[in-house]
Amino acid sequence: MAARRTERLLNLVICLLHTRSFLTADRLRDLVAGYEEAPSDEAYKRMFERDKEDLRDLGIPLETGVNSWEDEQGYRVPRGEYALPEITLEPDEAAAVGLAARMWSSAALGGSATRAVRKLEAAGVEMTPLPDGLQPRIDPGGSGFPVIAEAVRAGRRVSFDYQGTTDTAPAQRHVDPWGVVWWRGRWYLAGHDLDRDAPRVFRLSRVVGEPTAQGQPGAVTVPAGIDLTTVVSAYDAGGAPVPATLRARRDRAIGLRRRAESVEPYDDDWDVLTLLTSDPERLVEEVLPYGPDVVVEGPPDARQAVVRRLRLLAEANP
Amino acid sequence: VSGATDQLPRLLALVPWLLAHPDTSIEDAAHEFGVTAEQLRADVTLLWMCGLPGYGPGDLIDVVWEGDRVTLSNAEEIARPLRLTPEEALALVAALRALSDVPGVVAAGAVDRALAKLESAAGTAVDGGRVVVATTGTPAVEPAIASAVTDALARGRRLRLRYWVPARDEPTERDVDPIRLFTADGAAYLVGWCHRVEDLRTFRLDRILAAAVLDADAAVPAEVRDRSAEAGMYRPAPDDREVAITLDAPARWVADYFPCERVRERPDGGLDVTVRARDDAWVRRTGLGLAGVGRVTDPPALAEDIRSAARATLALYAEPEGEGVES
Repeated sequence: MAARRTERLLNLVICLLHTRSFLTADRLRDLVAGYEEAPSDEAYKRMFERDKEDLRDLGIPLETGVNSWEDEQGYRVPRGEYALPEITLEPDEAAAVGLAARMWSSAALGGSATRAVRKLEAAGVEMTPLPDGLQPRIDPGGSGFPVIAEAVRAGRRVSFDYQGTTDTAPAQRHVDPWGVVWWRGRWYLAGHDLDRDAPRVFRLSRVVGEPTAQGQPGAVTVPAGIDLTTVVSAYDAGGAPVPATLRARRDRAIGLRRRAESVEPYDDDWDVLTLLTSDPERLVEEVLPYGPDVVVEGPPDARQAVVRRLRLLAEANP
Repeated sequence: VSGATDQLPRLLALVPWLLAHPDTSIEDAAHEFGVTAEQLRADVTLLWMCGLPGYGPGDLIDVVWEGDRVTLSNAEEIARPLRLTPEEALALVAALRALSDVPGVVAAGAVDRALAKLESAAGTAVDGGRVVVATTGTPAVEPAIASAVTDALARGRRLRLRYWVPARDEPTERDVDPIRLFTADGAAYLVGWCHRVEDLRTFRLDRILAAAVLDADAAVPAEVRDRSAEAGMYRPAPDDREVAITLDAPARWVADYFPCERVRERPDGGLDVTVRARDDAWVRRTGLGLAGVGRVTDPPALAEDIRSAARATLALYAEPEGEGVES
């Protein structure tokens, strides 16, 4: 029965936290309420092994060692390593933490964040009530986030099926993960792609199914001096910014005007906008939706790309 | 997950929490821990069977019931909560880092201070900054605009907005009674009652050109406030018309961006998607933006309208002074 097992585990935790010396398995069998139910030595051994595993899974630091006056290995839980360190939060800090805990749109991550906040409250932190109207959200982008982020933390290799932008079917990828980056509202994994033997950036929302972590913790080495934000933004944006010149109809293309370096009148109907772009292809994406309200004068490759793509659209079969 | 491995972590948090909150009602504690009152009563009942070996009166956890209120004592060993697991630390720290990316929602600096304290308390359970947030990637919201919006929201005041509507590509002036602020896809949005159209509207904060808090109370009708709870991001209404879009393989990602009604794989690696759209101007912009990698196929009249806009645009590039036009 689950309740009796919980009771035994709780008694075991209390006993292991209380003791300063290491307690052997035999000693624990005598001491801790619940183990008397084991009908045989063999049954006790199995029971105790399972209990140890459960405690470790919960993150309880189970320490093994030998007392100076004994030969057999024993167990204890150091209180300093068990307990959440003292933490106090100012009201505005507590408000930020409370808001963060309800940001996940995924039940699994939201549950983990909520359990973390309960521990803080159990440590005496007073949470600040939040206005109902404040509801920021983060989307983990598929189900892969927890496994991949934990692999990043632990320094373990990951593999997953990935649907690339130009792939017709997902392909398995093996990656030494360097970091996970939130960039423009999405999560990305940056790391060394073992199949291609090159650095690569992956969008977590394109990971298909559950990723798996492999190998020993700490096996992955992140190259020295790597800046994850730069890696991901380079993947997203390309090289150094170059100036672009556009013509925009007067009072149109406000989005482009807002980030223009300069706006000069061209004639009675048009203005000339100059702005910086680090990726002509991205500029093309930005300009196309404006249709006949914007004309790209340069750079030439961006202008040619706009013309090429508009021709494909104009000549598309109805 | 067995019952025991679910209940034990809750008990290890419940004990310190009850020690810190003596004389708590079972309902309050159950609410705090997200379980039923019945489950919480079972939890507390289990606690007074537990304690130090010997399990005599001085060894067991003391539980005092007064009606439906409970007070705990004599649980020194587990009086502190267990440290955060890597999963818990990650979920909270990553969310906080993402929150620092949403300007104006919480007091400036509070997120960074909270993060520093949590990272120090979590120790090795955090990732050493390897799950990061790149703030430079988000559309910029001017701090003055963000604070005007959150201020109006907190104090229940009316806002006067100058707002850029991208579909029409023009700025508009409107008075808005704010209801809530949320984020989606890396942008912050305000939901409010717009007096100009006398309806609920959603505004992207980075498209607000100017915002002033007016000396007037926000007056949102109660039934509208209820309705707004459902009105998250842009939700297509049933009477919005369906638009069919074909995406070539390189444009598959577009399906991630729109709330698609239907998505169907194509033999050529592309997708056929159906979206609902309120606004023909939005469809036109989207269709032009997909030039060369996708096309609107239905309704046919709208598809032709987009093609004719493409031809009109091409004509501008064919002007004599144009350079670099392919022949």
